[in-house]
Amino acid sequence: MSEDLRDLYQEVILDHGRRPRNKRLLETANHLAHGENPLCGDKLTVFVKVNGQGVIEDVSFQGQGCAISTASASLMTEVMMGKTEAEAAALFASFHALATGAPPPDAAGLEDEMDRLDVLAGVREYPVRVKCATLAWHTLQAALHDQQRVTTE
Amino acid sequence: MSVDHALHRLYPIEQIRSDFPILARPVRGKKLVYLDSTASAMKPRAVIDAESQVYAEEYANIHRGLYYLSERATARYEESRRTVQRFVGAAHAHEIIFTRNTTESINLVAASFGRRFLSAGDEVLISGLEHHSNIVPWQFLVEEKGTVLKVVPVEADGSVSLESFAKALGPRTKMVAVAHVSNVLGTVLPVAEMIQMAHDAGAKILIDGAQSVVHLPVDVATLDCDFYAFSGHKLYGPTGIGVLYGKQELLDAMPPYQGGGDMIATVSFAKSTWAPLPAKFEAGTPAIAQVAGLAAAIDYVQQIGLDRIAVHEHDLLSYATTRLNQLEGLRIVGTAKGKAAVISFVLDYAHPHDIAQILDGCGVAIRAGHHCAQPLMAQFGLPATARASFGLYNQRSEVDALVAAIGKVEEMFKG
Repeated sequence: MSEDLRDLYQEVILDHGRRPRNKRLLETANHLAHGENPLCGDKLTVFVKVNGQGVIEDVSFQGQGCAISTASASLMTEVMMGKTEAEAAALFASFHALATGAPPPDAAGLEDEMDRLDVLAGVREYPVRVKCATLAWHTLQAALHDQQRVTTE
Repeated sequence: MSVDHALHRLYPIEQIRSDFPILARPVRGKKLVYLDSTASAMKPRAVIDAESQVYAEEYANIHRGLYYLSERATARYEESRRTVQRFVGAAHAHEIIFTRNTTESINLVAASFGRRFLSAGDEVLISGLEHHSNIVPWQFLVEEKGTVLKVVPVEADGSVSLESFAKALGPRTKMVAVAHVSNVLGTVLPVAEMIQMAHDAGAKILIDGAQSVVHLPVDVATLDCDFYAFSGHKLYGPTGIGVLYGKQELLDAMPPYQGGGDMIATVSFAKSTWAPLPAKFEAGTPAIAQVAGLAAAIDYVQQIGLDRIAVHEHDLLSYATTRLNQLEGLRIVGTAKGKAAVISFVLDYAHPHDIAQILDGCGVAIRAGHHCAQPLMAQFGLPATARASFGLYNQRSEVDALVAAIGKVEEMFKG
């Protein structure tokens, strides 16, 4: 197995791909959106419960996808738990930069979260897979902005 | 004489492979194993040379040029049309229309035949395994003219039964458009019978031959189809060149598809009149060099012989099917009898995209996704499949490489 592939499929990713966290229906959600990547047929729904103070109290997802998109969704729900909507937006921007290789925006105070997400940086070498990694994130953004549907095509 | 030696004389695979320069290049530090010819086939030296020879030695715009190079380029262009005519067994060279690809050929028929001959309530019948390019052009007519798009269902093994086809054919069916060979499942449709049945029902029939001209000999006169569409690039020829065969009386009765230079007889601001076939359907400067490349590709496959290619590919298909079926957790999607050398499969432990990615790391190029056939995927309840397809240059050792690479996927995702 080549080193490049080991970079892409790190143990953490394989683990989250096999046993995704927070992959469940969230009945108390007050925001949700459906995301689709028509190219690979990946489909997922992201559920979010935001409280009166604008804090993400709970976030989950359901759906089908490849190991990269499932692991990314799983890791996303973990780092988003308890974040404010402003922090969620900052994490989205930082993650997008991480996945595409763009210059990272300021993510002061979110360094630990970005460290955790660094396992997904390998996708930037594979343009087609960037969409897999960012699907859940675009869908969460859409949910928070009360857009029902998003596609990464 | 050993069996290997005898086989080699029947089908000199090493020699054939050496005709394709790209097969010698390594990919990601590995030997390239190219199993995606169904998406697009690699090009033999003869095709590359023919195309560049046009540019280097005999290039000018064709038709109406009153000088040597234009005459030479025109002669070669029209000679290539006759090569295509003989290849598909058309009665006349002017029944061969050069297009960009299969997609454009089908769009031409849908737009032109549809505009003239279809009206509200008329039915266009397709099968459930069609490529998007044989679905969407007909949907335009549903919106524009109120035609009805009907679909013959696909059986569980990926076949299309004549019983279902007969049931779907009706008095309002005016056009039937079906693939000869499925790009996803490899199913070969019983088009000879379907053509007869369509005609008996008073309908015209278009065959999407994108996947068939590469795998089996085609004769439109024997088939008696009304239209036959295919692409150059899947036939080891250049991109940007496709073919529409149409029966003369239909093409004559159809209005032009695009307006422009070359397709007119006279033009005035009040009214223009159309050139005779085939120019009527070839507006603008065509793909001059690519047409020469297509003719070279046809010469190339005919030199090997489509019958021999079919035997060779069938051997690969049965070998690959046997080897893949031995792998635990692997399921082949599409098991119709007599299928072409295309294998769609899924693994119960890895997503098709992850499969393709790991295989790529091993130098094995396959396709993963919906293969431009989303309705078919939906019917099989699959978001995507992995697909390995075989061309005239593939060999058994590449099937072994595929199987070994799937072993790597298992190692990573089952571990």
